Amino acid sequence: MNNKPKIGVYVCHCGVNISKMVDVDAVTEFASHLPNVKVVRNYSYMCSDPGQLLMREDIKNEGLNRVVVASCSPRMHEMTFRKTLAAAGLNPYFLEMANIREQCSWVHEDREDATGKAKKIVSSAVAKVRLLEALYESEVNVEPATLIIGAGIAGIQAALDIANAGFKVYLVEKSPSVGGKMSQLDKTFPTLDCSACILTPKMVDVAAHPNIELMTYSKVEEITGYVGNFQVKVRKKARYVDMDKCTSCGVCAEECRLAGRIPSEFNENMGKRSAIYLPFPQAVPAKYTIDPERCLFLTRGKCGKSPKCVDACLAGAVNFEQQDEIAEFKVGTVIVATGYDVFDAAKKPEYGYAEYENVITGLELERLVSASGPTGGDILIGKGENAFVPKEIAFIKCVGSRDKSVGNEYCSRVCCMYTAKLAHLVGEKIPDANVRVYYMDVRAFGKGFEEFYDRVRREGVRYIRGNPSEIFKRGDKLVVKVEDTLTATPLEDEVDLVVLAVGLEPRKDVREVIDLLRLSQSSDKFFLEAHPKLAPVDTATDGVFLAGCAQGPKDIPDTVAQAKGAASSALVLLSSGKVKIGAQISFVNEATCRGCGYCVDICPYGAIELVEINRMGNILSVARVNDALCKGCGACAAGCLSGSVQQRSFMDRQILPQIAVLGVMR
Amino acid sequence: MSEQFQPNVVAFLCNWCSYAGADLAGTSRIKYPHNLNVIRVMCSGRVNPLFVINAFQQGADGVLISGCHPGDCHYMEGNFYARRRFSLMNELLEYVGVEPGRFNMSWVSASEGAKWKDVVAGVVEKAKEAGPFDQFRRNKINW
Repeated sequence: MNNKPKIGVYVCHCGVNISKMVDVDAVTEFASHLPNVKVVRNYSYMCSDPGQLLMREDIKNEGLNRVVVASCSPRMHEMTFRKTLAAAGLNPYFLEMANIREQCSWVHEDREDATGKAKKIVSSAVAKVRLLEALYESEVNVEPATLIIGAGIAGIQAALDIANAGFKVYLVEKSPSVGGKMSQLDKTFPTLDCSACILTPKMVDVAAHPNIELMTYSKVEEITGYVGNFQVKVRKKARYVDMDKCTSCGVCAEECRLAGRIPSEFNENMGKRSAIYLPFPQAVPAKYTIDPERCLFLTRGKCGKSPKCVDACLAGAVNFEQQDEIAEFKVGTVIVATGYDVFDAAKKPEYGYAEYENVITGLELERLVSASGPTGGDILIGKGENAFVPKEIAFIKCVGSRDKSVGNEYCSRVCCMYTAKLAHLVGEKIPDANVRVYYMDVRAFGKGFEEFYDRVRREGVRYIRGNPSEIFKRGDKLVVKVEDTLTATPLEDEVDLVVLAVGLEPRKDVREVIDLLRLSQSSDKFFLEAHPKLAPVDTATDGVFLAGCAQGPKDIPDTVAQAKGAASSALVLLSSGKVKIGAQISFVNEATCRGCGYCVDICPYGAIELVEINRMGNILSVARVNDALCKGCGACAAGCLSGSVQQRSFMDRQILPQIAVLGVMR
Repeated sequence: MSEQFQPNVVAFLCNWCSYAGADLAGTSRIKYPHNLNVIRVMCSGRVNPLFVINAFQQGADGVLISGCHPGDCHYMEGNFYARRRFSLMNELLEYVGVEPGRFNMSWVSASEGAKWKDVVAGVVEKAKEAGPFDQFRRNKINW
C-alpha cells in the first residue's frame, strides 16, 4: 500500500440535518481542490445502502485507497463506514470521519460560519487520512464466564439467563442474602403479585444452579484486564458462621444477648434483629451471619462468660476464628447490576421526616403492610401501647424526584405507581381509612398502569393536585399545608399518617463501582450507557454491561427486560468465544528507542516492558508493547522523549498535519 | 483590537468524555461559537506538549485540551498525566510570553453538553480578548 493516496471525500446531507446549516455543495467544491483528493461526492444519506454503495463502487472503479466521510460523529458511524471499506476490499482503517453534524451544523447558527468550519473539519480529515496506515485487529479468546455485581432482581435474572445458556456465572452480592430491594416489597404494581412469591423461586434457583457460583456477603475488590479476559478479585467477608454446618434453625439469634436490640436493615430499621441474624425469613442462602460491627464478642472481645450463640448452636457452626477469604477468577464479561438507594427524606426538612414518627417513606410503609414485616402486616404507627391504626392518610409524591432543590431533576418512574399500589393496600388493611394523594402529575405510562390508577381512584382514593409546602404538628394530628392547584384553594389537611413517595437515587457507594470499572455517570449520576437508544445496556468499556436501576430508575418489568438484554449482550461475546481487540494501539520504533523506560512507567496497564535486543553484536535495551494488554490511550506516545513510541492512527506525523491545517486556515 | 477579530482555537479532546460531551451538545442542539476546531485523540494523556507549541506556531490564537474529570479517565490515569504535563507547560508558556488565557484545560464529561458550550464560549472569549497571536508563527520567520 505504498501507492500515492487517492482520497474519496463523501459529504453527507443527513437529510437536512447538515445541509440546512452547511452548504454541502460549497464543501464538496472546496474538497475537490484538496491535495490527493480524487473523488468528491455529496449525498442525502451516506450511511444508507445506496450511499454506501456509492463509496464501494468508487473504491473499486476509481481505485480509491483513502476515504473521508464528512457526516456525523465517529462515535456514531465510524464502525458503519469501516465495514463499507472492508466490503470494498480496502483496509477499514483507511477511513477518517469529519464530524460536521454534532460539532458543526447542529451547534452553529450562521450558515456562512458553519460552512467555513465544515471546510476546516474536512481539510483536517484529509490531512490526516493521507497518512493513515493499514491496521489489523487481533483476535483474543473470551473466557466463557461472566461476573455479575449485585444480586437484586436484575443480577438474578441476568445470572439465570447466562447460566441457562450453559456459561459460568459468578454472582457477587454485598449483603448476606440475594434478593435486593425487590425482596423488601410486599406487592408489585399493577398486578398486585406478591413480590416474595415471584422472587423467591428465582433466588433459590440462583443458589442451586450448577453454573452459578454465588458469593454473598462479598465484595469485588479488583477488576483488571480487558474484554474477554478480566481478572477478578473478590473478598468473601467472614460471616463467623460455617456455611456448611449452619442449619438456619435460628436458636443462636434468639439466644444472642443483643436479640431485639439492633435495627433491622431489611425492615428499614423499624423492626429489630440480633447481632447474629438472617436478614429476612426467605433469605438465600439461608445461613446466619454475625454483624461484626455490633457483635459484643467481635467488638469488645468479650460476651459474658462465653458467647451465647456458640453455646446455643447445636451444629457447632459459629466460628469466631473465621477469616475473610479472597477468591480470584477470570471472566470474559461483566454485568453491573448494583441497583439504587431510596432518597433520604430528611433532605426535605419541611416534611418533618426526621422529626415526626408518623411521617414515613413508601418503602417503610411497604414493610408495614408486609406479612414478613415488623408488625406482621398491620399498619401500626408508634411503639408499644401508643401504637395506633391511622385513619386519615396522606401520600406525597415526587419527594426527591423532579426536584432541582435536592439536585434530582429526573423522574424516578416508580413512585406514581407504588403510591397507587400502597394506597390500594392501605384500603385493604384499613377499610375505613381516608386516603388522599398529593401530586404534581400522575405518570401511569406502563402496561396496565393507567387501568390500575383508575381502579385505585374508583376505590375512593382522592388525588389532589398540589405540592405540599410544609408538614407540622397540631395536637396529635399532622397538618399538611398545601394548595389545591386545580381549584386554587389553600388547604390545611389534618391527618394521622403522611407517606412520602421517595424517589430513587444512585447508590451512595457508586464511587467504588466507578473506580473498579472506570464507568461514566450521566448527569443524573446513574451509570452512563454507551448510547441512550442503540446501546442502552453497553458501557464505554467493551465487555461491561449495565442492568437495572444502576443505569437509571426503572420498575421491575423494565429491570427484568434490561437484565435479559445485558445477559444477551454478554452471551454474544461468550458464545462466539472470540473478540476482536483494538488495532489502534501503540508500537515502538526499536531503531530509535534508547531504552529509558519512561513509557514503561507511564503505561497504566503495564503493557510496555524493556527487552534486550542484539543489534549487530551490541546488547541494547528497548521498549516493547504487549499488544494484548495495550488499550490504545497513547499516554506513552506523548511521554516518549525521542518520539519512538507512537500510537497507531494517532501518530505524531498524523496529528501534526491536522494541527497545521487548523492553524493556518482562518 | 478590532471588533471583527475572529480568533482561531485548536482543541484536543479525548474520545470518551469531552468529545462525547461535545457530541451531546450537538445532539441537544446547544449553540456555541464556531471559532474552535477539534482534533480527536483517544485520551488527553496522548496530547504531546509539542502539539500545543505546534498549534501556536501554525497560527492558533488559543489552544484547549479537554479530558475526562480527574478520577474518571477511561484509561485510569491518562488525564492525570495531562494535568501534570500542562500545568508545567502553562508556566513555560507564560515564561515565553504567551498571555494567560490562550492556553486552557478543562474537564468535560460525556454528559456535560451544556458545560462544553460554556467552555467553548469562555475559551473563544479569552482568545478574542488576547487578540491575534503571531509571536511563534512560523511563516513570520523569514531568514
